[in-house]
Amino acid sequence: MRATHPSRRSLLVGAATTVASFAAPALAQARPQVVVIGGGYAGATCARFLQREGVNVTLVEPAATYVSCPFSNAVIAGLRDISQQTFTYDAIAAQGVRVARQAATKIDRDSRRVTLADGTVLAYDRLVLAPGIDMNFTALPGYDLAASELLPHAWKAGPQTLLLRRQLEAMDDGGTVVISAPANPFRCPPGPYERASLIAWYLKTHKPKSKLIILDAKDAFSKQGLFTAAWKEIYGDMVEWVGLSGGGKVVEVKPGEKTFVTEFGDHRADVGNVIPPQRAGRIAIESGIADATGWCPIDPVTFESRAQAGVHVIGDAAVAGGMPKSAFAANAQAKACAQAMALMLRGGQAPEPKLINTCYSLVAPDYGISVAGVYAPSKGLLTDIAGAGGVSPAKAPASVRAAEAAYAEGWYKTITAEVFGS
Amino acid sequence: MALLFLAAAQADNVRDVSASPPGASACLGCHGAAPTALPSLSGLSASDIETAMEQYRSGAREATLMNRIAKGFTPDESRAIAQWLAAKR
Repeated sequence: MRATHPSRRSLLVGAATTVASFAAPALAQARPQVVVIGGGYAGATCARFLQREGVNVTLVEPAATYVSCPFSNAVIAGLRDISQQTFTYDAIAAQGVRVARQAATKIDRDSRRVTLADGTVLAYDRLVLAPGIDMNFTALPGYDLAASELLPHAWKAGPQTLLLRRQLEAMDDGGTVVISAPANPFRCPPGPYERASLIAWYLKTHKPKSKLIILDAKDAFSKQGLFTAAWKEIYGDMVEWVGLSGGGKVVEVKPGEKTFVTEFGDHRADVGNVIPPQRAGRIAIESGIADATGWCPIDPVTFESRAQAGVHVIGDAAVAGGMPKSAFAANAQAKACAQAMALMLRGGQAPEPKLINTCYSLVAPDYGISVAGVYAPSKGLLTDIAGAGGVSPAKAPASVRAAEAAYAEGWYKTITAEVFGS
Repeated sequence: MALLFLAAAQADNVRDVSASPPGASACLGCHGAAPTALPSLSGLSASDIETAMEQYRSGAREATLMNRIAKGFTPDESRAIAQWLAAKR
């Protein structure tokens, strides 16, 4: 990784990009510079695709490994090992992307520089922000970082995932698991309900006298009909969902007592999982790229920030219209963004993209369901194309559910190979 | 030597994302170089892919999910996607 003298570098690079000449390897020093902040599904994908377009890319990511959220609910339920969720940046670095093992601390939008925690300054022609989410530890009274050690969120995979798993393993049969789900928007809309399903699977298998309650801050959720039918079919009365109008909105938590407070009364948990309100990752908030909602509005063609030209935002931090905050969406956006940026850096125009999303959820190990969508820019937002997309059929034989569970696993292998693989 | 270079270019099947037609690069999220429970598209011709998309769109071919995706693309868009996917193998 290279520290630059920003003013000189910016001038050189700025001149080079206007003449669209960076493709020739002999002119390597004239290649455009892109800094990508965040090494998840969005950022890692975008870095790789831009590098293949002849761009000099620095991927800024403080963590040595990435722990994948998709399929981490299966880790919580003891169906999977966390090592299957864990990826290094070795292949990305071997490809020719510079990987800076640092946090980005500051974005200087005027001079187009990013400062890293160790003081390194990186100049960029264009910047990609893919910081994912942060838990909003100020939004739910009682729920802060310390509380998450007692009532894990497990909404970023890693130690939190394993903490929730250990708590479930330590719980006595007959215990109550409480999950609180936030209002929209948040990372992985079907995630809380897949989690409830797979925890119910664990309970049914190991602790069948136990109960699981989902306290929800909304009255409708992703794949709701499919989840609720499957819960009844597979788990009987074990799973109870309480929506907003039924008193499901959690207004406070008491971590020491593992108690969830709603306007309708308290729920005491033996194991409590708080999925709190979220917002774009810290750097997006501090740099003013996120708006008052905590998320980053973008142009749906270029993924360029509405707040700042030259800064592109992809993945969960972005306001992507109809697209959910999912790994598939992040990966698809990253490729469309890389395409737009490569063309813009050559002095061309970004084409109107079309995007796809597919999200599989496991209701049980051999029971998968899905939602899909196709999106195009319309009225300044990525918008669902009418007549396309939707969820798995309400009635389907077990063979179809089993096939979708297998496809979920297939998707995971393919996408992680594209994002992190050799 | 030329063969080696060609093989490397084929393995790196995403080199030309900047020339990809709308929607095409998203396909690679599920359909990669190596088959899983989901098929790889390697070895399929453009017309194979285009026909499959048409059949998913019309319902002539059963699917768990591709029927829902195919309806989001016109025949022209599907053809362009099929050509790009087939050409880069």
